[in-house]
Amino acid sequence: MPNLEHPAYPSATLLQLESLVPCRESQVSMLLSIFGERQQFSFPSIFIYGHTSSGKTYVMQTLLNTLQLPHVFVNCVEHFTSRLLLEEILIQLQSCSSETEQISHVPCDNFNDFVRLFKQAVASQELEDQTLYIVLDRAEQLREMEANILPAFLRLQELSDRNVTVVLLSEIVWELFRPNTGCFEPFTVYFPDYSIGHLQKILSQNHPPEYSADFYAAYINILLGVFYMVCRDLKELQHLAALNFSKYCEPVVSGEANERDTRKLWKNIEPHLKKAMQTVYLREISSSQWERLQREDGEPGQLKGLSAHTHVELPYYSKFLLIAAYLASYNPVRTDKRFFLKHHGKIRKTNFMKKHEKTSNHLLGPKPFPLDRLLAILYSIVDNRVAPTANIFSQITSLVTLQLLTMVGHNDQLDGPRYKCTVSLDFIRAIAR
Amino acid sequence: GCFVFKPSPKKRRVSQKTVNHFGERKDDSEDTELRYVTCQSLWNEIKLETEQIQEDLNKQLFDNLVSFLRRSHSEFQEKTTEWTCQMKSREIPTAALVLGVNVTDHDLTFRSLSEVLQNNITPYIALLEAKDCPGIKNLMQKLMGQLMNCYIDVDSLEDEDYVQVSQNRIRCSMSSLINWYESVTKKTDSETPRKRRSSSSRHWQSPPVVVILKDMESFTTKVLQDFIVISSQHIREFPLVLIFGIATSPMIIHSLLPHSVSSLLCIELFQSLSSKEHLSTIIDKLLLTARFPFKLGEKVLQVLINIFLYHDFSVQNFIKGFQLCIVEHFYSQPLSILCCQLVDAKKRVNSLSHNQCENIRRLPSFRRYVESQASEKQIALLTTDSYLKEIIQKLLEDLQVYHENYVLVLRCLHVFTSSLPKYPLGKQIRELHCACLENQVWETEEYESSLQLARMLNKSDLVTVLQQCVEIFVSSSGKEFDKTIEKLKEFLTQFQKLEDAFQERDVSVSSQKELQKKTDLYHLQKTLLELKESRRSKKLTKFEMLRFEVVDYIDSLVRNYLVPADRKTLHEIVYFNTASVLREHLNAAPRIALHTALNNPYWYLKNQALKSDGGSISNKAPDICIVYKLHLECGRLINLVDWLEAFSTVVMAVEGPNADAASSDQVDDVIHARFIRAVSELELLGFIKPSKQKTDHVARLTWGGC
Repeated sequence: MPNLEHPAYPSATLLQLESLVPCRESQVSMLLSIFGERQQFSFPSIFIYGHTSSGKTYVMQTLLNTLQLPHVFVNCVEHFTSRLLLEEILIQLQSCSSETEQISHVPCDNFNDFVRLFKQAVASQELEDQTLYIVLDRAEQLREMEANILPAFLRLQELSDRNVTVVLLSEIVWELFRPNTGCFEPFTVYFPDYSIGHLQKILSQNHPPEYSADFYAAYINILLGVFYMVCRDLKELQHLAALNFSKYCEPVVSGEANERDTRKLWKNIEPHLKKAMQTVYLREISSSQWERLQREDGEPGQLKGLSAHTHVELPYYSKFLLIAAYLASYNPVRTDKRFFLKHHGKIRKTNFMKKHEKTSNHLLGPKPFPLDRLLAILYSIVDNRVAPTANIFSQITSLVTLQLLTMVGHNDQLDGPRYKCTVSLDFIRAIAR
Repeated sequence: GCFVFKPSPKKRRVSQKTVNHFGERKDDSEDTELRYVTCQSLWNEIKLETEQIQEDLNKQLFDNLVSFLRRSHSEFQEKTTEWTCQMKSREIPTAALVLGVNVTDHDLTFRSLSEVLQNNITPYIALLEAKDCPGIKNLMQKLMGQLMNCYIDVDSLEDEDYVQVSQNRIRCSMSSLINWYESVTKKTDSETPRKRRSSSSRHWQSPPVVVILKDMESFTTKVLQDFIVISSQHIREFPLVLIFGIATSPMIIHSLLPHSVSSLLCIELFQSLSSKEHLSTIIDKLLLTARFPFKLGEKVLQVLINIFLYHDFSVQNFIKGFQLCIVEHFYSQPLSILCCQLVDAKKRVNSLSHNQCENIRRLPSFRRYVESQASEKQIALLTTDSYLKEIIQKLLEDLQVYHENYVLVLRCLHVFTSSLPKYPLGKQIRELHCACLENQVWETEEYESSLQLARMLNKSDLVTVLQQCVEIFVSSSGKEFDKTIEKLKEFLTQFQKLEDAFQERDVSVSSQKELQKKTDLYHLQKTLLELKESRRSKKLTKFEMLRFEVVDYIDSLVRNYLVPADRKTLHEIVYFNTASVLREHLNAAPRIALHTALNNPYWYLKNQALKSDGGSISNKAPDICIVYKLHLECGRLINLVDWLEAFSTVVMAVEGPNADAASSDQVDDVIHARFIRAVSELELLGFIKPSKQKTDHVARLTWGGC
């Protein structure tokens, strides 16, 4: 295991850092060597990417906090416009060193203003002799802001002529960021996924105070055995571990087994975890409901999950409208005459047609159809006469708002609107019953 | 669509004068005034009742929601130090509220929900609609606006400095929202004036912020995801609770949100009462009661129910339709002044004018009544107003009694028919009600078959049904049914007595079976045949006799009390029966109306010159009508030149032969302009559109009519 070493920082802090970021030592040491000493200029921009919950945000935060480097940490999802983002950076900068001072709100509309204000802020805070780090979490959102934001952040050091490094955190690769016009290439660091061993190690670290570390580690081992196939998200696993731990302890609490009796404990918990995988993990039932079930020792079968309530009750004509829409979406136009007319012509070339149709329909997905076709099919499938009243038309609209139909192309309403049916065959079957 | 019909007294009087009712030229304004007042008071009473019903029906749901909200954040407030709480990721508590597809009713539900929450849980509630939130920015703006305003509403006096901060100047971001929340909760913590005491007992220290998304389906995925991701990051400082209003099925959550986002939520499901049950309650409480004097006729009720079942499932629309019926009834029926509580009606009868008496004499049901009387009485009824009034009072009383009895017996019959297999008379009481209103129910085939089925009910079913009937009759206050109750109770005791006899017979039957076992197949067949013969000829058992008696008794009740209302004298006063008016108002048919207007302009314009007989195209009609009629004769693509030529021929026809000769090959400029205008009008109405397939052609957008 490589120990973190850096001449600029005291080894005690480094040791502490190392204990806080297990399984990420190599990345941290690489970052440290890029950062250099406090007063040294660092690389202008660093791009860190890796899959969900591979510790990007956490590592950055602990790194900057433990070493007490001046930094600004901003989430780009939360600050959804460039204005909000830039202002947030400035506000955090103000509070960065001078906490007693009243924070004044400065309007900042564009990047030009930002650079100006940024220089002022840095000058006023005696930050000149240290590298300032600006961390932009979920940086993929930057692509949706104005075109100049991303390239400007990448070369902020050059634009502001200050000792600053911008760190971008993202789940996607740099290649998807690169603008057409070209830009400064950041230094990219990849955070690989945690392996099962890593997960085991990290999850076992935070054991509850009442139980020994070994006991908890055994539990984590069982948990990973069940969930590793479907979920590698560290946060989610931690959540699941916390949810089910009380169940695992049950035999120990009641005295049926002691802490070493792994086999017995495994037998007790394994079916329970499998059930959890089908329910809580998929958010079929909520975690608080799950906990209540555990406490009352009930069967999860009593509680129906979200997907159990698939049936939708619809008014009479809405049902027919939906069925007509489904038929219109999945049947080709030329078969309409054959299906919905009493005296259709002879069906010629049956073989050819069948061969052709085999591939189509459900594999190709719904096709758009005009309103008139929908109504024509409706009239032919409803037994009694249907008057085209406003009620029918408003039902079509309400089906659209319920997302059972979608409108294709938002052009003029008068120009023959076209729809698509978005429900599945099973849904239609349930309705048609 | 909903249909709001609000009569204003002024307007009514004006229109009253223009419409002539029942050949009544001179209008007595006294009665219109009274009618209006009666209508208003009746409607207010009914409105209160419906609101009460709504509240009662939602109570269960709201109670569940309130307890959910109480639970949601209290857990974290109590034990933040515990290990599991530290380890668990904090999810946003979310209530998925499935409300059914009757979207028009949701507004009312949400309004009362937010009221309930405001009283019980938290002052901070925001209601968001998808159409206001096309982007995350708009959503945040709306959210902040609503939350901060709601705070100002709660105590507007205490913090004037807050009001002065205009909404534009606040940065619309989560951090400012959190700052706001902190300042608000801190304020309530630090200063505890007496006024606050009362409110803080209801809301606890840091009340959650409830955000209600009214129509989950219509929100765009991105907005929802962003909002959830942002607020989940601040859940510790900003105790948010989401309520999703879902019209279809909760599956929509999974289809809208990816797992990474839905794993941030702690979703619990709540289901509201189905709107069908809601309607049943409404009908039960409004129509199947003698409380309200106003009644709906069979056809009208059918129209309203059909709109509900076929089109929208909306209880609000049903009530609106009911309101329309009331207004229409009081508006069109001069005698509706008598449609009030019996005590008032009797007083009003005494002060009836001569004209009104004449109106009564003209009622078909009253004429039938007169004809059935002796001749001297007939003369008295038709000539003496005072005698007539006396009789009317009696008849009104009869009508009231009839209604009271009708409801009881109807419920009783419903208990019977709803226990039968396949429900020949309908599962719901409203179907039975319609059937009884329509005609004499005992003459229908369905009634016959249900009686037959009732004669085959087994004992336990029959006993429970009878017990229910007794309960229904006992619950009524009148003494009309004392005898009936006695009779039914007697039946019940008889059934009790039968118990012992049954057991004895069972023994004999089993011994018979023992005998049969020993015989071979041939003998068995023979004995079976014999048994069958004997059973057919055998006289009925005691139980069967009793069963017949019960069914016959119920039948007699039905024949006595469930006479259709239109057989009753003076039913016109309280029954609204003009379904055609209602249909016209509620079942708007825009396409048909448009077609009628263009095809037969006389229908709307009432100009004698336009009166035409069928197919021919009159040149006096508006240009657009001519163009429309001509276009009906064309196929999918219409040649503009041909169309213009046809148009000019029709228009020129009146100008005579001299004009014809002058412009035989050249179309007049004015006519050309008129044609172009008419065609563009048709385009605006959506009948045609320009086509790229062929030059000088337009495409038809409608079909049929050729």
